[in-house]
Amino acid sequence: MDLLIQLLDGTIRVSVPLLLACLAGLYSERAGVFDIGLEGKMLAGAFAGAAAASVTGSAWLGLGAAILVAVFFALVHGFASITHRGNQIVSGVAINFVAAGATIILGQAWFRQGGRTPALSGNARFQTIDLPGAAAVRDIPVIGHIYSELISGHSILVYVAFAMVPITWWVLYRTRFGLRLRAVGENPAAVDTAGISVTWLRYRAVIVTGVLTGIAGAYLSVAQNAGFVKDMTAGKGFIALAALIFAKWKPVPAMFACLLFGFLDAASIRIQGKEVDLFTWLPDGANIVLYALAAATGLGVLVWMRSRKYRWVESVLAALAVGLAMSLFFYLTTGQKIPVQLINALPFILTVILLAGFIGKAIPPKAGGVAYVKER
Amino acid sequence: MSAPHLKLPAWAEYGLIPLVNLSVAFLVAGAVVLLVGESPLRAAAILLDGAFGNGQNIAYTLFYATNFIFTGLAVAVAFHAGLFNIGGEGQAYISGLGVALVALTFDSILPWYLTFPLAIVGAALTGALWALIPAYLQAKRGSHIVITTIMFNFIAASAMVYLLVDVLKPAGSMAPETRTLLPGAQLPKLNWMLEAVGMSVRSAPLNVTFLLALAMAVVVWLLIWRTRLGYEIRTYGFSPRAARYAGINETRIILVTMMISGGLAGMMALNPIMGDQHRVALDFVAGAGFVGIAVALMGRSHPVGIVPAAILFGMLYQGGAELSFEMPNISRDMIVIIQGLVILFAGALENMFRPTIQTIFASISPRSVGVVAAKGETV
Repeated sequence: MDLLIQLLDGTIRVSVPLLLACLAGLYSERAGVFDIGLEGKMLAGAFAGAAAASVTGSAWLGLGAAILVAVFFALVHGFASITHRGNQIVSGVAINFVAAGATIILGQAWFRQGGRTPALSGNARFQTIDLPGAAAVRDIPVIGHIYSELISGHSILVYVAFAMVPITWWVLYRTRFGLRLRAVGENPAAVDTAGISVTWLRYRAVIVTGVLTGIAGAYLSVAQNAGFVKDMTAGKGFIALAALIFAKWKPVPAMFACLLFGFLDAASIRIQGKEVDLFTWLPDGANIVLYALAAATGLGVLVWMRSRKYRWVESVLAALAVGLAMSLFFYLTTGQKIPVQLINALPFILTVILLAGFIGKAIPPKAGGVAYVKER
Repeated sequence: MSAPHLKLPAWAEYGLIPLVNLSVAFLVAGAVVLLVGESPLRAAAILLDGAFGNGQNIAYTLFYATNFIFTGLAVAVAFHAGLFNIGGEGQAYISGLGVALVALTFDSILPWYLTFPLAIVGAALTGALWALIPAYLQAKRGSHIVITTIMFNFIAASAMVYLLVDVLKPAGSMAPETRTLLPGAQLPKLNWMLEAVGMSVRSAPLNVTFLLALAMAVVVWLLIWRTRLGYEIRTYGFSPRAARYAGINETRIILVTMMISGGLAGMMALNPIMGDQHRVALDFVAGAGFVGIAVALMGRSHPVGIVPAAILFGMLYQGGAELSFEMPNISRDMIVIIQGLVILFAGALENMFRPTIQTIFASISPRSVGVVAAKGETV
């Protein structure tokens, strides 16, 4: 039980930057501006946040600086892809590189600690908050435990991140701004016809993206860790992008996708180098049943896909993939060391499978990636 | 194009506009140098000397350029079909496996000139297959190729770490890398070419892969502009609808183009593995796949532009290494900024200065931008 709560607690911690970046991407992409520069904006925000917090000694000023810098990068993306109708992917790639290089160069020039910022302590860092009554209910089994360990005892940014989920849902589906935002991502010409500026609307979406990636960056360097380390986002921006696709560009599923990917991350740290055996309860020699189950599932997939009129090649390949994946899972979880790299790659593998349309279909906003040209 | 762009003379279109964009990118990079308290002009001087100052430096510059020619061509070929292959990094990384399998098998029994062709096939095939999956998913399942190739970069990185740590590492070794390759898989150096023109080279890793890269640049030029397949690729890239209408098989174009692209990216693995380190080590690609994006954009997807662009980035890599000795504030990561700025100004913002340049042209010589403009009508 303790182990499970620790694991879930770790899941929440590592999910927060994913969730903030994922929601950030959601605003931009629902407005029709693809953003693969989430990683770069988060990294720039993390550096600015830690730098400002270490100079001023205030975590809040750090957060402010992180947001400012991330919004600046978001505006560069907007300038290139909205105003100048440049390629949105190219612009995102550029932002990732500029942020990756600039944070190291400036960090070394300003602080001379090999690209790190000075360690933050006290008020320069977001401290954990104990929710009211957390200490009192600590000894109550299960519920008290969950409340005091899992729900209480995080920094303010964790609560902000999870509060952003219902807020984003409300903004997107219950406000005029949200309706227009979704419309501009699907059919900008219609929005334009209604007399609403496509450009300004998309700029506002991009700015929101900047604000949220800035908070995500500040969480990494000023709350979760005590300072900036070079390349500290380490692909989180891309996992967030994967989560966004996995959640089909919807806020509540986005939260679950981020929690799932965060769980994989937290679990990979815990099982590193350990042997895992989930099937100790099976009698000796009965492991063969598991592989029979894998084979049967593969066969089931084959039959199902053929009945849905998929091509033979696709059906056989999918059946083989499912059967082999299940066999691999059973093999690894019966007393083997699970390669951490496999777990690290899982978010990306799952997203590719989803993108391929084998488990549901991820349909992006229709006008995504296309600059809007007003008719003249 | 729906954008109301006036026509510019060819030299302005292919010479002036890229030059202006690049100048702005380097000016902003210079501002960053200024920001960390160094002189941009002195930095540029050190950088140039570090890249071309003597035979040794030139050999290193060309060694790095070799990587970027491959990855730049890879991105460019895909660009011609309107596909953005952002997965060059992963395709090159996973091709380390193909090179390793060939090299580790044959290095004790074959001489290098027989191992090399086999390794080329191994590298190209691995890269092509790694690119085939995203291509298939794009062609048949409609998944966005940019997203899938990004995901495949991460999957390739995980797979290679696993293979190097748990499978390819020789027993009893601590470092996550293969055993050292025997001379049968070590490529000969090209330093004699520089020495032949009177320069001295102590020990630089420039090797025959450089010639392979130049040959590939020619092959890509022939493919894109002189073959039927190249014509179909360009047609598809220009207008998928027109291509479909002309009876061009869309699936085939996507699959074949991406496999060529992946194969070119895969060949990059030959240079560091068989030409320099003589082993497959962690992260041997070191970002070259991403530099390819900048190189392709800068070279306007044409081999004639890509080779100089690759040499320019080779210069930045080699000169940047020298620069970090002289100016401790400027590490090699400066190149990552320059790379980003080049991608930004030569790629995403390529049309920023076009209206201004067009206005200037129209005012100087209306005839040069066409009669329509002279009448003041917009298209």
